[in-house]
Amino acid sequence: MRGVESPGCEELVERTANVGLFVTCLADLFRPTVGFAAVRLLEEAGCRVHVPLQSCCGQPAYNAGDRTDARALACQAIGAFEGFDYVVAPSGSCAGMLSVHYPELLKDDPAWAVRARRMAAKTFELTAFLVDVMKFEGLAARFDGTVTYHDACSGLRELGIRRQPRALLAQVEGLSLAEGQATDECCGFGGTFCVKYADVSVAIVDRRIDDILATGADTVLAGDLGCLLNIAGRLHRRGAHVQARHVAEVLAELCDEAPAIGMAPPEEAGP
Amino acid sequence: MSGHADPRAFKTNARRALADRELNAALGRMTAGFVPNRARAVAALPEFDDLSRRGRELKDHVLANLDHYLEVFERNCAAAGGQVHWCAGAAEARAAILEICRAAGARTVTKGKSMVAEELGLNGFLEANGIQPIETDLGEYIVQLADEVPSHLIAPAIHKTKEQISDLFLRHHAALGFEQRQTEPQAIIGEARQILRQKFLDADVGITGANFLVAETGSAVIVTNEGNGDLTQTLPRVHVAVASIEKVVPTLEDASVLLRLLARSATGQEFSAYTTFSTGPRREGDPDGPEAFHVILVDNGRSALLGGEFQEILRCIRCGACMNHCPVYRSVGGHAYGAVYVGPMGAVLTPALAGLEAGLHLPNASSFCGRCESVCPMQIPLPKLMRHWRERAFEAAVAPAVERFAVRLWAWAARRPRLYGQGARIAVRTLAWLGRKRGRLSQLPLAGGWTGGRDLPVPEGRTFQARWRAERRRA
Repeated sequence: MRGVESPGCEELVERTANVGLFVTCLADLFRPTVGFAAVRLLEEAGCRVHVPLQSCCGQPAYNAGDRTDARALACQAIGAFEGFDYVVAPSGSCAGMLSVHYPELLKDDPAWAVRARRMAAKTFELTAFLVDVMKFEGLAARFDGTVTYHDACSGLRELGIRRQPRALLAQVEGLSLAEGQATDECCGFGGTFCVKYADVSVAIVDRRIDDILATGADTVLAGDLGCLLNIAGRLHRRGAHVQARHVAEVLAELCDEAPAIGMAPPEEAGP
Repeated sequence: MSGHADPRAFKTNARRALADRELNAALGRMTAGFVPNRARAVAALPEFDDLSRRGRELKDHVLANLDHYLEVFERNCAAAGGQVHWCAGAAEARAAILEICRAAGARTVTKGKSMVAEELGLNGFLEANGIQPIETDLGEYIVQLADEVPSHLIAPAIHKTKEQISDLFLRHHAALGFEQRQTEPQAIIGEARQILRQKFLDADVGITGANFLVAETGSAVIVTNEGNGDLTQTLPRVHVAVASIEKVVPTLEDASVLLRLLARSATGQEFSAYTTFSTGPRREGDPDGPEAFHVILVDNGRSALLGGEFQEILRCIRCGACMNHCPVYRSVGGHAYGAVYVGPMGAVLTPALAGLEAGLHLPNASSFCGRCESVCPMQIPLPKLMRHWRERAFEAAVAPAVERFAVRLWAWAARRPRLYGQGARIAVRTLAWLGRKRGRLSQLPLAGGWTGGRDLPVPEGRTFQARWRAERRRA
């Protein structure tokens, strides 16, 4: 994967890394707790976290074939984030958009291509950043339960993220990890794919859920909210009692801040 | 259904396929076999990645010099006594094959597995012209009896269960004296073998595909696991190899690089059971072989892809690994695609062959999970190429107007972060209020695509950015 041992890396860490948090649309809208969990973890790792005004990375336009709008949104994000030492997103999908697809999207515009490549080199998914760049080991979190991990496709295949969330989860007291057989298989989310081809998407998530249930875990974790909303939504529809959470919530011990995805807040729960 | 269903009907086809329990079981068995077998074979070859890189470079080199290698192939094929027929389109290719069959006075033709022949609609065409084509690959034979089309590159009848095949054989073979319904795989295969043996002997012309064409020797190479290809090309008086132009490789050594990648990626074998090199017709002293050897070189839209953003799909060696690992293919099978080429490689190739308007669903019906690209031995960036078709469709207004409008409207807002934030706050608050009791919604107007099969988890209530800024102001 990308070289994290770039020259100057150590010095940056020593003088407190300024991290621009790319919070992602889904965390911003659906699950702010993930954003706060990311902030807490980054601060514990010794970073100073900044949240510039932001909207979307442009992936929905990019995957819909709308390159013009995707480019405009890419330039907007680069303008907002390129000044930080690092850009970190609690999502492999959005981090992959910034670090893999922006350079490709802007390759024909010399000035923007340079800026895109420069920012791509310092953009990371949250768990990869904590483990590979910050060498973060002082995690003090507790979670009582058995979890299984879903490797979201973009993080896994575009950024090679697999080891890092597991390395962090291994430090969580009380947590045991029950691996599925098909952790590298798609959950069927795929952005607008899940509504445009809903029947196929549901068939795909059903197979993934069968695998999750077979592990006997009480919680499924992942690093991407798109997959999690899809998995949680289908788990609830099937009446399964497995909880779904973003891995950062567990690592930052913020599970009390928000019920599991798609669950009622405690005060509103039935008798 | 004797032809291919329509790719325009992908959604309907997919729905029907999803409701088919036998199909689902068959597809489950397919992935349970192909996927771990490939993984084991790749893991057992330390230089697989290196081989894959060499294969990719080799094909890129060939595609950059395609005219040269095709001419070298033709020269060497002719020197060995063969004849090359250059066919720009499907009609020309069909006509050339028919002419060869007529000249040979052919009444029956045996066929080895050929996807290009499927592309040409060759079987229907020969039948219409009074010549009976007989498929000899077991899977193809089953598909032909059932009046269907292949649903997989290397496993054409993968959509059928053993029971369905037993019934099919009984129905068609009873009149030939096979009145017992066979249920054991060996007995089923034995029955097919007995029937096909005589057809091999009777056939006037044998038509095969070609996995590769070797320029330096003028040879056509085919791989099979049943040996049917050998019988098809050696027993009849005339052998016709049908190949698309990108199948050419410079040397025998190059062919071996691709053969090693092909078998491992396709079935997890180190090498296919039969790898046959055909070089010209029978020579003096040869114990067998055809009297005439023809190569039908088919372009059919491929040269239009050279030098463009879709060129990389021409590296494809038809191993089928992309479809074996595809969650969409695993869900709906090959027939739902309604095209000759299915799965991820078909999603890229079909719009090029059938037109973007007809093939539009296929590159769109992908979650872009990228598993296809990760197992492609020729390192074809399949999701990227599918995205390029979406871009073409968006630019040329082939994509549905409602979709394009929605994307543009959304992007218009996303390019105004403050406005976007305000809109988000309102939407988020509304959804949170609607789902305040259960934390999720099971129905929502205009969101049927989501809520048809899933609950919609509702937002926490305020956006992260709003909360963050409020907290920082207080601090």
